[in-house]
Amino acid sequence: MTIKKTFWQKYEAWIWALVFVLIYIWAFSGIPATGIQAVAGEVTKSILNGMLHPDFSYVYTGDGEDLVSLLLQTLAIAFAGTLASAIFSIPFAFWAARMKKGGIHFTSSTGKLFLTIVRTFPEIVMAIMFIKAVGPGPFAGVLAVSFHSIGMLGKLFAEAVEEIDRRPAEAIIAAGGTHFDVLIHATIPAVIPEFISLTLYRFEIAVRSASILGLVGAGGIGAPLIFAIGTRWWPRVAIILLGIIVMVTVIDFLSGYLRKKLV
Amino acid sequence: MNTIPKKSFAQKWHVKAIVWTVIVLALFIASCSVTGVDVGVFLTGFNQFMQIFYEMLKPDWSYVPFTVQPIIQTIQMALIGTLIGSIVAVPFSVLAARNIVTNPAIRGIIRFILNLVRTLPDLMLAAIFVAVVGIGPMAGVLTLAIFSFGMISKLFYEAIETIDMGPIEALTAAGATKTQVVWFAVLPQVYNHFLSYFLYTFEINVRASTILGYLGAGGIGELLQRSLGQFRYDRTAIVVIGTFIVVVVVDTLSNQLRERLQ
Repeated sequence: MTIKKTFWQKYEAWIWALVFVLIYIWAFSGIPATGIQAVAGEVTKSILNGMLHPDFSYVYTGDGEDLVSLLLQTLAIAFAGTLASAIFSIPFAFWAARMKKGGIHFTSSTGKLFLTIVRTFPEIVMAIMFIKAVGPGPFAGVLAVSFHSIGMLGKLFAEAVEEIDRRPAEAIIAAGGTHFDVLIHATIPAVIPEFISLTLYRFEIAVRSASILGLVGAGGIGAPLIFAIGTRWWPRVAIILLGIIVMVTVIDFLSGYLRKKLV
Repeated sequence: MNTIPKKSFAQKWHVKAIVWTVIVLALFIASCSVTGVDVGVFLTGFNQFMQIFYEMLKPDWSYVPFTVQPIIQTIQMALIGTLIGSIVAVPFSVLAARNIVTNPAIRGIIRFILNLVRTLPDLMLAAIFVAVVGIGPMAGVLTLAIFSFGMISKLFYEAIETIDMGPIEALTAAGATKTQVVWFAVLPQVYNHFLSYFLYTFEINVRASTILGYLGAGGIGELLQRSLGQFRYDRTAIVVIGTFIVVVVVDTLSNQLRERLQ
């Protein structure tokens, strides 16, 4: 006896495949295939040529506008921004964390919605708004990184708070402790390693975004990069890209090592 | 008899924690001085910031029809970028998986390339691709393809490394070639993971693609750049709201599908 399959069981995979193909036909129809400019091949060649001959004289000139100083400035933007944001995120995390199971939680839901809005608000727009406030320069970058990171760190922190073991807190309450005692002796010790690990992770992301904030004038290595691309100065582009790759790789490695030690 | 456990001097006075705090604080102060952090400037300039914010609170609703086409283009860019990135990622992820490729040299080289790709921020790739292929959605698609390739290949090879080795051994014992092993024993096991990561990458690509247009790489970001350049913050607000809606809808849909896959 063979087992009869329903229509849906038999053809489910095919139907999904068809939906997938239709979606992609629609997607490809929207992108003009002729969009590539005629000189693309030539530009690629000069880029590759520039990549093979990076402008090493830019690495260090001593006037504060060279690769090393600007990479350090980028790191400083990411570090100051992330640390400030980690501190500001803590109250938001407790606002958004859902402490009881089931039902609708007005506090938690509004907190989560707020954090989603902050997270989706484009960082570039935030950077431009802060440039209007404090003028162009790395300080605007620090502000943009720190405000934008609250959206993500607040959410991750809130999830960490939701997942902690609740028994120590119950034990303290049972032994006659106050809510303040619970915070100091149960909640904070439980979440601190998690918070530090998440902050390090966010720092890795912030290094990447700090290196592009310069595109709008918020300090760091982005400004000379966009200038070099605009003037088709490929050896200079190459050395800046190399610098960014090295910086990001080193930071990722260090942060990964520290996070492994924390767990 | 119960005794209180003895703590060493370092444990009792939290020496390690204090040293780390001091290091972090020193780095923080150094960073602040390098970047010229000045709370006073921020407070005096805060009116300017709030002024933009107030203008954004009065969105120019008549601008909505102009955002529809760019938003559609953004989604199309994200779809195609994710597809290209994942297709290219499959062979790379198989070659980078520890349990498939036993030769550490090949694996090391492939992983090194993948790590390099992942270090490049999306906007930086967009700036370069706009210079190469010109202003337009093509630059955005290429950016997203490279960007998602780096991310998805890592997720893929980590998925491959967790599979059950039994079917692979069985096929090898039956005399299957390497390609047959990958095709009949590896891919069927990771198929669902791949689809789930594909959707996840698509979510991230939608987020990324909303900003790429700022540099001329197509999609809704172009309107962001235009409205900011014209100081029309009421229009910027519309673009931001549109982005928000798209991101939330795509995230919700994709989360639903991913839950069904598990």
